[in-house]
Amino acid sequence: MYNAKAVTIGIIIFVLLFTSPFWASMLGKEYKETGISLPKNEKECVETTDFMRNKHMQLLNEWRDEALRNEHRVYVASNGKKWTISLQNTCLKCHNDYSAFCEKCHVANSVDPYCWTCHLIPQGSTK
Amino acid sequence: MFISLLLVLLIGAIAWAGAAIGLASLFGVVLPYVAVVVFVAGVVWRMVYWSKSPVPFAIPTTGGQEASLDFIKQAKYDCPNTTWGVVQRMFLEVFCFRSLFRNTLGEVREDDPVNKGPRTIYYSSKWLWAFALVFHYCFLLVFLRHFRFFMEPVPSCISFLESIDGIMQIGSPRFFWTGGLLLVALIFLLCRRIFNQRLRYISLANDYFPLFLLIAIVGTGLCLRYFDKAEIAQVKVFIMGLTHFSPVSTEGINSLFFIHLTLVSVLLIYFPFSKLMHMPGVFFSPTRNLPNNTRAVRHVNPWNPPKQYFTYAEYEDTYRDAMAEAGLPLEKQPEKAAE
Repeated sequence: MYNAKAVTIGIIIFVLLFTSPFWASMLGKEYKETGISLPKNEKECVETTDFMRNKHMQLLNEWRDEALRNEHRVYVASNGKKWTISLQNTCLKCHNDYSAFCEKCHVANSVDPYCWTCHLIPQGSTK
Repeated sequence: MFISLLLVLLIGAIAWAGAAIGLASLFGVVLPYVAVVVFVAGVVWRMVYWSKSPVPFAIPTTGGQEASLDFIKQAKYDCPNTTWGVVQRMFLEVFCFRSLFRNTLGEVREDDPVNKGPRTIYYSSKWLWAFALVFHYCFLLVFLRHFRFFMEPVPSCISFLESIDGIMQIGSPRFFWTGGLLLVALIFLLCRRIFNQRLRYISLANDYFPLFLLIAIVGTGLCLRYFDKAEIAQVKVFIMGLTHFSPVSTEGINSLFFIHLTLVSVLLIYFPFSKLMHMPGVFFSPTRNLPNNTRAVRHVNPWNPPKQYFTYAEYEDTYRDAMAEAGLPLEKQPEKAAE
């Protein structure tokens, strides 16, 4: 091997950089479940669980536009049920604990929604 | 071109069909592990292989005036003659794509006002440079942003990166500029090959395939974020299982995610055997990593067999008597040499 020293350093840097997903992951904690706690007294959300899990952010965005820009505060769900478009009065009525619900996924997945620049963070029933 | 496109579509279709018939763990667990091993081992193998190749001649690219007399100004960055200069040029090449920046385009302009007829003109062409730069940096940022799926807790630098990336707060989930620009840059690089006839003539399947593959990866990635969504909490649980070598069930994850993962795995497997090896290759290319000091330092070809020297002193020692007899001038006379 010519320039063995430089090449060896290069190979080491390459291997370290490109195995980083593995060792960076090993450095931290494991992540096996979200640890989310669902509201106890309510069984049904605005849409199906799958829809809420995958697309709640789009729904909330749509609700924001409907309520604030179009002053239209009724949402008809895919099953025909009508809901009042309001984060504070509809969503947070059941999901009333930020640290047990929203934060669980958002913090772990580094999602930083800007809901709370206007809305109050729900502190849960203990308060 | 069409073969490459079909191949990428076929890979996507296989992954989709596989995920649909319940082979998600094959495409989501086995393939990524194989891909990472092939990628790392393959690249290291290529690097070792390259480092075993001798460089017979000093062939640095001379992009300007070489080091000469004191009053002649040297092009320091384009024609370095010291190792430090080479490091500087390499830095500019790797981080700023200087050789693409210097790109010029020659064109015959019919009916030129100066010549009152056709004239060949050369001008600076920065398109390739600009889009190559956009592509590579966006790819880097997108790669770094993916560390939110690999790390728990997510380090603040990744969150900071995301907040900058999504600073316009467009839509929800927030639109990340790097993802969009990545696709735009890739489509430009593809169109460049398709619509520039000279380039199209020299483009082969191994030029188109990585482009289509990357477009497919970026496309599925954007889809997963904005349209046909996968639940990222679940995806993170799955990915963290992979990186901790304790894979979890693939159940309930959108099959588009497995198409994305399969395409990335194919990219990793393809990487060591393709043109994408320019990543380590730039450091190995003698046109880039040699200083242009051929007038000051002799470059010895490492191929050369060991030299058999026969110096004049030895020559004279061997033939001294015969030379003295013939009356040839000698450095040492025979009687002196005998002492």
